[in-house]
Amino acid sequence: MTATRTDPERPTNAEAVKPAERQPGVGAGAKAIGLLNGGFLLLWGLITTLPLLWAILSSFKTNGEFRTDPMGLPSGLEWDNFARAWSAANIGQYFVNSVIVVSMSVPLTILFGAMGAYVLARYDFPGNRLIYYTFLGGLVLPVFLALVPMFFIVRNTGDLPLVGQFLGLNSYVSLALVYVAFSMPFTVFFLTAFFRTLPTSVAEAGIVDGCSHFSLFFRVMLPMAKPGLISLALFNFLGHWNQYILPLVIMQQNDKRVLAQGLGTLAANTGFRADWTALFAGLVIALLPVLIVYILFQRQVQAGLTAGVLK
Amino acid sequence: MTQTGLAGAAQSKDVRRPRPKRARAGSPMGRGKYPFILAFLLPPVGLYLLYMLSPYVQAIQISFTDWSGLTSSYNFIGFDNYVRMWNDDQIWTAVRNNLILLLVVPVLTLFLGLFFASMLNVGGRSKGAAVTGVRGSSIYKVVYFFPMVLSVVVVGIIFKYVFAPETAGGILNSTLSTIGLGGLTQLWLGEPRFLIWIVVVVMTWGFVGFYVVLFSAAMQSIPKDIYEAALLDGANRMTTFRKITLPLVWDTVQVGWVYMAIQAMDGFAVVHIMLGINGGVDGAGDVLGVAIYRAAFASSRFGYAAAIGVLMLILTMTIAILFMRGLRREKVELA
Repeated sequence: MTATRTDPERPTNAEAVKPAERQPGVGAGAKAIGLLNGGFLLLWGLITTLPLLWAILSSFKTNGEFRTDPMGLPSGLEWDNFARAWSAANIGQYFVNSVIVVSMSVPLTILFGAMGAYVLARYDFPGNRLIYYTFLGGLVLPVFLALVPMFFIVRNTGDLPLVGQFLGLNSYVSLALVYVAFSMPFTVFFLTAFFRTLPTSVAEAGIVDGCSHFSLFFRVMLPMAKPGLISLALFNFLGHWNQYILPLVIMQQNDKRVLAQGLGTLAANTGFRADWTALFAGLVIALLPVLIVYILFQRQVQAGLTAGVLK
Repeated sequence: MTQTGLAGAAQSKDVRRPRPKRARAGSPMGRGKYPFILAFLLPPVGLYLLYMLSPYVQAIQISFTDWSGLTSSYNFIGFDNYVRMWNDDQIWTAVRNNLILLLVVPVLTLFLGLFFASMLNVGGRSKGAAVTGVRGSSIYKVVYFFPMVLSVVVVGIIFKYVFAPETAGGILNSTLSTIGLGGLTQLWLGEPRFLIWIVVVVMTWGFVGFYVVLFSAAMQSIPKDIYEAALLDGANRMTTFRKITLPLVWDTVQVGWVYMAIQAMDGFAVVHIMLGINGGVDGAGDVLGVAIYRAAFASSRFGYAAAIGVLMLILTMTIAILFMRGLRREKVELA
């Protein structure tokens, strides 16, 4: 972006040719338009940030302040809101649940997605296209249609011999596996495109040197695909952390709820409990990991989220 | 590091061996490949089939039954669920609302996205350079994009309180009163005719930043000399936008449109959080996703829920195909 703007080859074409002539678009009128532009941009910036800032401020108020003076600044920092949200409103438990599920689902999504995409991208075999397009089709299916049967499939996996005790409803493993399954279409789609761009010669050299297909994948191709994998891991982290509808169906037991879902329930009950500031504190707790990931990796997050549409 | 080392090795080997072109049996890449392919495809395909694809297939079957979900037995009742859906006013409200979301949210979002993206990328016109971004454009992009990474639940909760009455946090009403527009204050979430439009606003708020970033990427790839030429020919901002920027990012707009339309079909989390499981006052803010969830998990009518799901699938598919066709235009090749 900066590179194209400060292109040394043709820095100021128009100016260099006719330095004395007035630049089209630079003048009093253009300046006014420029100010107007800036005004619009700033306005949307405020529309975006103010509700969020307000939510954060509200999490530090007392309930009295929240009701009588919603717009004002908090008189002090009411840390007790966070304590109430964390323990009384169970947000702490939900947070831990989310961490458990996401720490299983994101690595598994990346691993399985990469395995599938790698084979689909780089090996000729009958049925390759069929499997690829089957994955791709999943991108446009509305999740709601799957909810009902998925509920029963997950419930029935609980009756399986041996593994059944880890699966079924209200199981972290079940929810993680469902996340993995629903992330496959996009992950495979994205990574197939990525693996196709990696040079063939390296892979062949590996095989010639006596690498097995397995070690070629784990020791050569995966490290090479690292940038793509990072984008996807971020994308899937955000998607899984924020997921609402799937856990709503699978995690029916209160102590197994994940953060977004628990927060939704808390919001529904807040009116009765008259504890708004604890709700906002819970909201800030839910928002923090996402905010940190976003600030640290904003370039990759933006690239990862938009790449799917552009490709 | 591994990369360069191995690449070097590959080159030295190439001198002696003819290089095999693709992974086929007989070539070095083909040795023992089928067990490997099978082992690698099994976990992703297996999970995908079990948890995602098979539910879709079963759903269509369930939609022809009277299954309550509570018993193990059910009867096939043909198209009864679909007939019932046809006569269910609440479903029609939901369909109408989904269509509003489908038409209004993409138009608003893409319009604002294009507007802000073009300001950020070609809005600045300092002396010398033909087109530049405005100052701080990367900061704007970071800020605008942020709602996209938030959980819809968080967004829903915040806006539930933004639109609440003044005594329960409602900052919209407080803001209106403060700036002297107190006459416009409303019980926003208590008025049936506003409900779906509030959902429109919230969804638009969440998605605009995504499109600003998406369109910015597309605009960055437009060669600068095209703008310079246009400027020398005396084109003004509007003409430049209409004749250069828009045609050159049109492909991205088109893809973004389809994507947004599919997203807008959802609306579940926003409605469920802001308006509740019944779709707000008189069910006026209902959408199909909420109707499915309600029929299945609140009224134990799984057969009926599946039928609504099939309706939603048909709508989504139709819209995807229509939009793709309707928006197709000649591709503009970049120089």
